[in-house]
Amino acid sequence: MTARIVAPLVVGLLVLGLWEAVVRVAAIPPYILPGPLLVARTLVSDWSTLWPALLVTLTITVQALAAAVVVGVLLAILFSLSRWIELSFFPYAIILQVTPIVAIAPLIIAWVDDVTISLLICAWLVAFFPILSNTVLGLRSVDRNLLDLFDLYGAGRWRTLVDLRLPAALPYFLGGLRISGGLALIGAVVAEFVAGSGGRESGLAYRILESGYQLKIPRMFAALVLISVAGIAIYLVLSLLSQLLLRRWHESALGSDS
Amino acid sequence: MGGEDTNNDLMPLVRVRDVSKDFANGVRALEGTSLDIETGEFLSVLGPSGCGKSTLLRLIAGLAEPTAGTIDWSGGEGPRRRPDLGFVFQEPTLMPWTTALANVALPLKLAGVARSEREARAADALGHVGLAGFERSYPRELSGGMKMRVSIARALVTEAKLLLMDEPFAALDEITRRRLNTDLLELWQRTRFTAVFVTHSVFESVFLSQRIAVMSARPGRVLSELTIPAAYPRAEAFGTSAEYAALCRLASGRLSEAMATQGAA
Repeated sequence: MTARIVAPLVVGLLVLGLWEAVVRVAAIPPYILPGPLLVARTLVSDWSTLWPALLVTLTITVQALAAAVVVGVLLAILFSLSRWIELSFFPYAIILQVTPIVAIAPLIIAWVDDVTISLLICAWLVAFFPILSNTVLGLRSVDRNLLDLFDLYGAGRWRTLVDLRLPAALPYFLGGLRISGGLALIGAVVAEFVAGSGGRESGLAYRILESGYQLKIPRMFAALVLISVAGIAIYLVLSLLSQLLLRRWHESALGSDS
Repeated sequence: MGGEDTNNDLMPLVRVRDVSKDFANGVRALEGTSLDIETGEFLSVLGPSGCGKSTLLRLIAGLAEPTAGTIDWSGGEGPRRRPDLGFVFQEPTLMPWTTALANVALPLKLAGVARSEREARAADALGHVGLAGFERSYPRELSGGMKMRVSIARALVTEAKLLLMDEPFAALDEITRRRLNTDLLELWQRTRFTAVFVTHSVFESVFLSQRIAVMSARPGRVLSELTIPAAYPRAEAFGTSAEYAALCRLASGRLSEAMATQGAA
């Protein structure tokens, strides 16, 4: 357990140290590459600008993820109930997934008046597919014998869904959720980049753009650090959730607590 | 009313007549097979792997429909949605996300029995299979034999009149299997359900049953029936007796005949 924390920590500190040393020895100017210490100082000094921006981006991310969960799970249930619905709609879900968000974000931003809502739609588009495809897979990966058993005892579609298919799909759904959490953040940031300064409230991506224009490269790095930290935090929270929900029964959650 | 009862006593519990089953891929699993299941008996269905024993069991349970032939119940109704039917699969087939108690209570839950009553009855059923105290355990915390016991408790919790078992102990080690065989017989004597036990083991079928239906290789058909006259209770000692050895030899001979029949056809 300690090795899992210490080993990557040592690597991280070594890289940061090397980075700082290279910047100082080669006398690289901060507008080309700021050293980690300067980035840390900027993070503190510009906190009053960066923190509200982080909140804006995180709000969009969380809302998009929530929408992705609702729509993804509902669609997955619909697909599992009817083969025809799945055959008819699944290809379009895939098309939405494979179309680069950078390419359609300008369209969405042009069509939707409210910038915040258009950002939300972009982040949602990126986030919902892993939840959909994983949940569909999970709903389908039910033990055949258990299905027979439910049939034998006269359980209808609804009871089979609630008592058998949904619990069986939970590990798959949680796997999809962990992927979607990171994707929602990426979607939000990419859409902010495309939207530029159009929004009333500015997220981290806009701060990055702005710092680039003004050659405030240390602040750009500080914003980048915040995005990374937010991504890691989202991943950890979702992993913890997964661990809590599955700890009594699923193989993926065993070992660490027993 | 009384006349009907007498009539039912004469009728077998289940009457399988000339049943054939073809799968969608064209394989004929069963061909014109017939079998009577008498109320209260312990019947084994013995046959080589892939002879359609499991298919026959699924047809009796109503989990599949025969391609030809009929399956009649003494009540006159089909097996579908019968609450007094229990099925034990080859694997324990438990829901891993919930406790042993909730797994056993499942048939009652699906039948709409109130929570407190179904939990009491499920706890009772777990006690009958020797698992009192394991109500709150999850399947992964139980051994293979214990999981199978949970599975049997679930099949019996509805007070099933007919217990269909599809090679339930095939995946277990020899020692666990012997224990479960003995305990199953004890349970059967106590509760008097009708038992149909599918197996490919001559020894198991002779040890357990009053009657053995021997099936030929695919397409499967019940070729002969064999009565095992030994008295119950059959303890471990029966498994080492000369009588048991002779009966096993007899059953083994029938099984060889059944397998040879397919080769000739």
